[in-house]
Amino acid sequence: MTRRRKNGKVDEAERAPDVTAREHYEMLAAEADAHLDWLESQRPLKDVTLEGMLRRRGFSRRDFLKMSAVMTATMALPPIFDLRIARAQELATRLPVIWVELQSCTGNSMALIRNSNPGIDEIVLDLLSLEYAEVLMAPSGQAAEDVLEDAIERFDGQYIAVFEGSVPVGEDGHFLTIGPAGETGAAKVEHVARHAAAVIAAGTCASYGGIPAARPNPTTALGVGDFLRTRGISKPVINLPACPVSSTNVVGTILEYAMFGRLPSLDAYGRPLWAYGDRIHDKCERRGHFDAGEFVEGWTDIEGMKKGLCLFKVGCKGPMTHNNCGVVRYNDGASWPIMSGHGCIGCSEPNFWDALTPFEVPLAGRVYDIPFFTDATADRIGTVALGVAAAGVVVHAGATAVKSASEERGAKRKGAE
Amino acid sequence: MAKHVIDPITRIEGHLRIEIEVDDAGLVEEAVSSSTAFRGFEKIMQGRDPRDVGLFAQRICGVCTYHHYERGVQATERAYGATIPPNARLLRNLIWAAQYVNDHTTHFYQLHSMDWWDVIRALDADPVLATEVAHQYHDKPYNASESHYRAVMERLLAFAQSGQLGPFAGGYWGHPKYLLTPEENLILASHYLDNLAVQRLSAKASAVFGGKNPHPQSLVVGGVTSARDALDAHRIAEYQFLMAKSMDFVERAYLPDLELLGRRYQEEALAGYGGGLRNYMSFGALALDELPWEQSTFLLQPGLVIDRDVSTVHPLDPMKIGEEVAHSWYTYDGDETSLHPLQGQTNPAYEGFNDDGTLKTEGGYSWIKAPRYDGMPVEVGPLARFMVAYAGGNEAVRALMDGYTDKLGVPFSFWGSTVGRTVARGLESKLIGDYLPTLIGQLTANVASGDDRFFHRYTEKDGEGWAMGEAPRGSLSHWLTVNNGTVGNYQAIVPTTWNAGPKDSRNQRGAYEASLIGQPMADPTRPLEVVRTIHSFDPCLACAVHILNRDGQEIALHEVEV
Repeated sequence: MTRRRKNGKVDEAERAPDVTAREHYEMLAAEADAHLDWLESQRPLKDVTLEGMLRRRGFSRRDFLKMSAVMTATMALPPIFDLRIARAQELATRLPVIWVELQSCTGNSMALIRNSNPGIDEIVLDLLSLEYAEVLMAPSGQAAEDVLEDAIERFDGQYIAVFEGSVPVGEDGHFLTIGPAGETGAAKVEHVARHAAAVIAAGTCASYGGIPAARPNPTTALGVGDFLRTRGISKPVINLPACPVSSTNVVGTILEYAMFGRLPSLDAYGRPLWAYGDRIHDKCERRGHFDAGEFVEGWTDIEGMKKGLCLFKVGCKGPMTHNNCGVVRYNDGASWPIMSGHGCIGCSEPNFWDALTPFEVPLAGRVYDIPFFTDATADRIGTVALGVAAAGVVVHAGATAVKSASEERGAKRKGAE
Repeated sequence: MAKHVIDPITRIEGHLRIEIEVDDAGLVEEAVSSSTAFRGFEKIMQGRDPRDVGLFAQRICGVCTYHHYERGVQATERAYGATIPPNARLLRNLIWAAQYVNDHTTHFYQLHSMDWWDVIRALDADPVLATEVAHQYHDKPYNASESHYRAVMERLLAFAQSGQLGPFAGGYWGHPKYLLTPEENLILASHYLDNLAVQRLSAKASAVFGGKNPHPQSLVVGGVTSARDALDAHRIAEYQFLMAKSMDFVERAYLPDLELLGRRYQEEALAGYGGGLRNYMSFGALALDELPWEQSTFLLQPGLVIDRDVSTVHPLDPMKIGEEVAHSWYTYDGDETSLHPLQGQTNPAYEGFNDDGTLKTEGGYSWIKAPRYDGMPVEVGPLARFMVAYAGGNEAVRALMDGYTDKLGVPFSFWGSTVGRTVARGLESKLIGDYLPTLIGQLTANVASGDDRFFHRYTEKDGEGWAMGEAPRGSLSHWLTVNNGTVGNYQAIVPTTWNAGPKDSRNQRGAYEASLIGQPMADPTRPLEVVRTIHSFDPCLACAVHILNRDGQEIALHEVEV
């Protein structure tokens, strides 16, 4: 039985030929029920209840179910999962989470506390048993270390380890040390990941090395998944890139894990398909203007900016970038970079700091510099296919841009500086 | 004498380690501040398109996000000789202001307040009495009702009874230096929980014109891209509404809580604990025009106060800034002890720890450099900005600071302390909130007059660029050279570098280290006092990473008031 799905549709190539989409989702639902039953039989780690949580926040049960339904849709699941998502939230008190900061800017932790989906994200984060999180916890020093060690011991093999930031391996790992004994970040990751049930890399640095790994990568920084592979640790790793990560994607991934107890369907770069299956370009609010060949021609093109025309010519990397920003947006739906007129910088793509810069220059005519990984396991084969697809998009976008420019030259062109 | 290592310091941005030595009388005799993470931004920046610098620089820090973005963009603007139109400056001001208020409230409640209130003692509170106490500090205190306080206690009790305190686990609860009554603890605990929700509003406000937060994305060299939002009355109203709600919390929760803290921790303040250095510096906060830095007017003026003498503001000369590496894990080529950032170098030279796991304080011991102004160590941050503005005769600042000390009946020396630093941050939030209507009014009037310029053309050219200004936690400057159209040298001197830096070649301490010397420790194994003082600076270590310098031996006890 296949479990792959993307954008609410079962991937036809993956689904067994004799199974209809409906049967497929019924099987998935049965799997979720079985796992949720198991989770319910576990001891809650926190003495908080969903009811109490809702009451304090002034949400009714009905509000909660509505929010769950929205989350279900965001996660590309059909409505038969609404109540299952709600149940997964109620049972989140049984999920221990350990959040460790590495070579990070803390932006991902901040994204969580400024989360974009106040109702549901808040509820889940409150219900989860966050056993260790440097940015929020009261104790420092040895007391903090004790909390971590205690949690690792008590929840050995059960907790979700969330890492934020890249792992420097240069200088024997000494570009990052944590704790009274000056343990290296690398040793810390190894230790925490080894005892985890699953690993979430939150943000682009943890996923792929991010900015510390940008040329010339002064500290030999690695993403957590790549680092674990170099140490021969084969833990399931879910990458949730973006700078910073969208809190909805973190919460959705945790709910998915609560529901199924296993990894979601991932793309070649280890990203959940429900969140990263589409390109920014596919769901962009300015897509109509792209198709019509209407572009902001430069930062002086105030008329184009007022009309909200396509930002491709001022460097938008939406066509090469996989994420759901345009749908979920940021800060409670307040905005997202394309809405604010800037264009996407491609922050959820591996190596974007090198491959997609200069940010203000369109990629048309350039070959997308596909990052290669040190290993070549089977799941990397998709990397190449994805890279080719992205290059194809570039060509397509470039052709449109050129056509538009030639048609409108003189009359409308304001110059892109 | 015993040495105590506190690593990790939690509830900060980044990775910080503090080592203290406590003498037989229980006083801190030696303190060493070390940043234990390095990313090498200066090297990553080299060879890039100068127009990308802001977006790269922004990733230095996700907490004071935006400020590095703005400074990076401004450094390139200076190198290009680019200017920005008034609308762009006003939008930058508005994002800046929302980010400041967000940063200050989040810092105080989520990252710092647990150094002042004790969650366990809050459980002994009488909710009715707590309501009365809250009313002593404000006519309409925020969320102060018996039922609300009961709900908060229920929530805290749930944490306590489960034996799983979550983020509260392992705190220094019951420490003798927690001085609040159960009811006062409950009030702060309640606001801690309230602010988890309230702080989202100011972050959202900054996203209205910034695209998102953390890491806004609407600035470009020469202007701002969110023209469509600025030209939309609904968006301006949305910003206004979100900030009004945020400032309501500042007025009815944050400021009353700071008065409460000031009263309870008055003795600590008057004893000067945590005061540290006596020199304060500000690069000028919130530019109120589009002129170059040296001609610009600021809401809080730039300058230097020396030896806490608030009768004089000394002008700043950007060329007098230097960074030393005598006690840092870096080297400089040649014999230089101090380099100006435009000539700055970032050559990592890790020296490791002693065999017993402590820092090698005679040599390099941190990934931060030691910046000095004209050879002097200085403190930066909200207190420094207020000291400089006070000295400069800023009436709003004088009213806030004098108003506060008059209310408590304490002398001006109150400010030279950990408590003073924490209070100044809150008063600054109010100052900025009070100025918001002016900024919004200017933007609205400007746009209504038909001005739809958000960008000025510029010509790319080689040269030197820099930008100086204030981030929430202090003075922030970015420095770059453009060679052949790409970034040559890049250096950022960030607030935490000024404050958390190690000793310099003359063994002068930075602000963190100086602030800990002479601090009495009730129980060095539970170093609440140290954590409280360090947090009062609002550490942001990922930014600070680069610095330290070796020279070892005796470190002069220096400019410490005990």
